[in-house]
Amino acid sequence: MGTIMELKNVNKIYGTQIQTQVLYDISLNFEAGSFNSIIGQSGSGKSTLLNIMGTLDRPTTGDVLIKGVNVNEMTDNELADIRNILIGFVFQFHYLLPEFTAIENVLMPYRIRNQKVTKEVRSKAEEYMELVGLSQVRNNPSSKMSGGQQQRTAIARALINNPSLILADEPTGNLDSDSTENIYELMRDINQKLGTTFIIITHDRRIAEKADRIVEIKDGRINLDLTK
Amino acid sequence: MRLGFHIAVRFLKSNVGQTILIIMGIAIGVSVQIFIGSLIQGLQKSLIEKTIGDSAHITILPGEDEEEIEDYDVLYKKILGADERIESISFAADYPAFFELDDESKSVLVRGFDLKKADKIYDFSQRMVEGEFPDDPDEVMVGVGLRDEFHLKKGDMITLLTNSGNVDEFMITGFFDLKVASVNKTWVITTLKVSENLFGLDRTLTSIEIQLQEDHVFEADEVSKKLAGIIGRKFKTEDWKGQNEQLLSGLQGQSISSIMIQVFVLISVVLGIASVLAITVIQKSRQIGILKAMGIRNKSASFIFISEGLLLGIFGAIMGIALGLGLAYSFTKFAVNADGTPVVALYISNEFILLSGLIAVASSVAAALIPAVRSSRLNPIDIIRNN
Repeated sequence: MGTIMELKNVNKIYGTQIQTQVLYDISLNFEAGSFNSIIGQSGSGKSTLLNIMGTLDRPTTGDVLIKGVNVNEMTDNELADIRNILIGFVFQFHYLLPEFTAIENVLMPYRIRNQKVTKEVRSKAEEYMELVGLSQVRNNPSSKMSGGQQQRTAIARALINNPSLILADEPTGNLDSDSTENIYELMRDINQKLGTTFIIITHDRRIAEKADRIVEIKDGRINLDLTK
Repeated sequence: MRLGFHIAVRFLKSNVGQTILIIMGIAIGVSVQIFIGSLIQGLQKSLIEKTIGDSAHITILPGEDEEEIEDYDVLYKKILGADERIESISFAADYPAFFELDDESKSVLVRGFDLKKADKIYDFSQRMVEGEFPDDPDEVMVGVGLRDEFHLKKGDMITLLTNSGNVDEFMITGFFDLKVASVNKTWVITTLKVSENLFGLDRTLTSIEIQLQEDHVFEADEVSKKLAGIIGRKFKTEDWKGQNEQLLSGLQGQSISSIMIQVFVLISVVLGIASVLAITVIQKSRQIGILKAMGIRNKSASFIFISEGLLLGIFGAIMGIALGLGLAYSFTKFAVNADGTPVVALYISNEFILLSGLIAVASSVAAALIPAVRSSRLNPIDIIRNN
């Protein structure tokens, strides 16, 4: 299937006067279509790693290659396009736009690139809302939904542009175990049906063990890299 | 573009109170601008109307070495075709004389007019307070000042004595009021024919008076110069601007202060919008960060705030125009003279209102540029990392 995401000797240092190194010389490859989990204690640098993979943050040194193209060589607009088309984000906090309804939030990444919402896209959005079990509340303002509903809306939003890669940072961190179970089932399902690559940060070892590959980060270094 | 606009609408709707406050701020600025502008323009118009509305804008007089204007038919034709801004032309044969009644006498100015033509300049038909125009060879009309001084009545007979010793009797056909005391006291108006007979003249004039179209009043000096070139050196021309320099500098001072007021109002409106929109960027930085994480381009993110400025400007301008016109209307209704006419007739100019509105919209957009630039610099990771 080929490599979708490649990290080469990535270092990340925060601060200028007091320097804190968060990542040490990380090199990782992720295969297209794989389902990966990243585990590690809080403060281990895993969120930073994910943000760097998602082009939201830049490494201090080292290279990030997405589908073989070096992110360092891209313009701001090209990075924006990559985030919009190739990558879907699910963050620990839902990050929905409170001014819009649930389904409008789901459609937002599509509307960023396209003038008009076609019928097909609208029905696809409704299908995803159905998939995450929210078809009943799809027209509610996003600020008036429960935490679980918001998080599931965010997952539907990450899917709308059919990205090749979904980066999720503790997507179920705020959810009860039933919801958590459902959402992982859902992501696994999408991974198998659409061939979407998943890189998921999680605390939950039970969930992590269901992934094809587990990468453990400890103090900014790879402590364990296990492929089933 | 469309998405940016849509997001802007949602942002504005999500905080209705704040949006209304900004719109009110713009509206008040625009309304003050329209009100003051209309007031000053109205003041100037009425002042000019009062000063020169009923008098000659350009006067043609005999040249340096000439006594009178002869052969005025030829001259009239020349003037007629000289410039299309000329509205009306009137002939005058003016000579000083003594007005005598019983034992009293007073020096007056006998003005012989072609009354039909002169009416277009002096508006006599509106200014008659009693009686009618003189018509027969022995008729005159006088001003209300003279009437009051000598207790004259319509139909009274008066005597006029010229410098050369001619004496003639005339009947008063009416009284006029040109709203200028010295004119009302000293002018005796009659026909050209009567004036010529009285002073022993034959088809000569002392002046030709010209009024320009209303919109071109301020071009009197220019037209006057042009006329001087056409009619030659046997004549000289005078225009109202040359003779009212103080009025003109007063008007100019007024215009400048009016523009100053408008500029400062505008600046405060722009600063108001810019500061509120700058706050909006901070309020909405989370949303902008999310949109950027989802791949919105910097330009589109900036367009959200430009759209906000545009929308606020448009609504503010519309409300401001309504408010300004309402203010102007109530001013003309409540600030009135004893006779019910407004103290100052406001001049409502569509172009001025449109311009004020457009300036408000343009400056709102300009004010939105600062937050727009700030939003494009916003880095999504700061939002995502700090939640």
